[in-house]
Amino acid sequence: MIVTSALIIWKALMCITGSESPVVVVLSESMEPGFKRGDILFLHMSKEPIRAGEIVVFNVDGREIPIVHRVIKVHERQDTGEVDVLTKGDNNPGDDRLLYAQGQHWLQRQHIMGRAVGFLPYVGWVTIIMTEKPIIKYILIGALGLLVITSKD
Amino acid sequence: MHSFGYRLNVLLTFAVTILALMCAMASLSDNLNTPSPSAEIQIMNINWFQKQPQGNDEVSLTMNISADLQSLFTWNTKQVFIFVAAEYETPKNSLNQVSLWDAIIPAKEHAKFWIHTSNKYRFVDQGNNLRGKEFNLTLHWHVMPKTGKMFANKIVMTGYSLPEEYR
Repeated sequence: MIVTSALIIWKALMCITGSESPVVVVLSESMEPGFKRGDILFLHMSKEPIRAGEIVVFNVDGREIPIVHRVIKVHERQDTGEVDVLTKGDNNPGDDRLLYAQGQHWLQRQHIMGRAVGFLPYVGWVTIIMTEKPIIKYILIGALGLLVITSKD
Repeated sequence: MHSFGYRLNVLLTFAVTILALMCAMASLSDNLNTPSPSAEIQIMNINWFQKQPQGNDEVSLTMNISADLQSLFTWNTKQVFIFVAAEYETPKNSLNQVSLWDAIIPAKEHAKFWIHTSNKYRFVDQGNNLRGKEFNLTLHWHVMPKTGKMFANKIVMTGYSLPEEYR
């Protein structure tokens, strides 16, 4: 019952927010005290232009894990409307140029997966525990499997 | 039908649903709040104004920032993130936003403040368009809740300009 309703909610969120992964878990402390490790962020991607102050989720070429930081600089071209964006974690002393790919000074629209619009505390810890201690994942799946086999319905 | 496992399942689903509902209601209650913030920024001094070796203009300035943001806080507010950005237009770029300073306000008591500071982040242009440039200073705030939807808005203050010559 929990599993199917979770799946329905996940798919519905994907449709509503128009994004491939509408929910991310905060993994680092670079946005404290606002976002702590284990919080969940709800993402939304609209066609609105990217502006300073927005919290965006982006991928850097060569890194798999997306990063959630705040936009601190925006330069938008007159003719094409393309933007150069610089980000920084609230809790980091310096901006994100060190995190970008070699020679990259700015982010463009295609690097950005979505904006954070809402958040829930603590709920993401389940995912963090399952990723960092895979044994728990196997135990959970094993227990769920047992439940399915032994239930009388 | 009445096994322990089934009852546990139902109980957990119910508990999680109620929790989700409470979080949603907490977030919705934020919409009842009508904030009325105010702010004022004065540029006290242009410390220096140079063209960097790569060809980009850079400015260092000292500002007096005073604001009253107490009306932004509700019982569901964890913190308010504020920043001051310079906004201007150049021939190449229709919009440039450069964040000069930011701060985190953890509680309502700290939301009415006055600060004298130089820019925390470098005010660098893409190019050398800043001489005599008129720009706006905007104070943005981002209300981060204990749970739910985040709100952001800003106050735009116009009428600032940079010197005609480097110094």
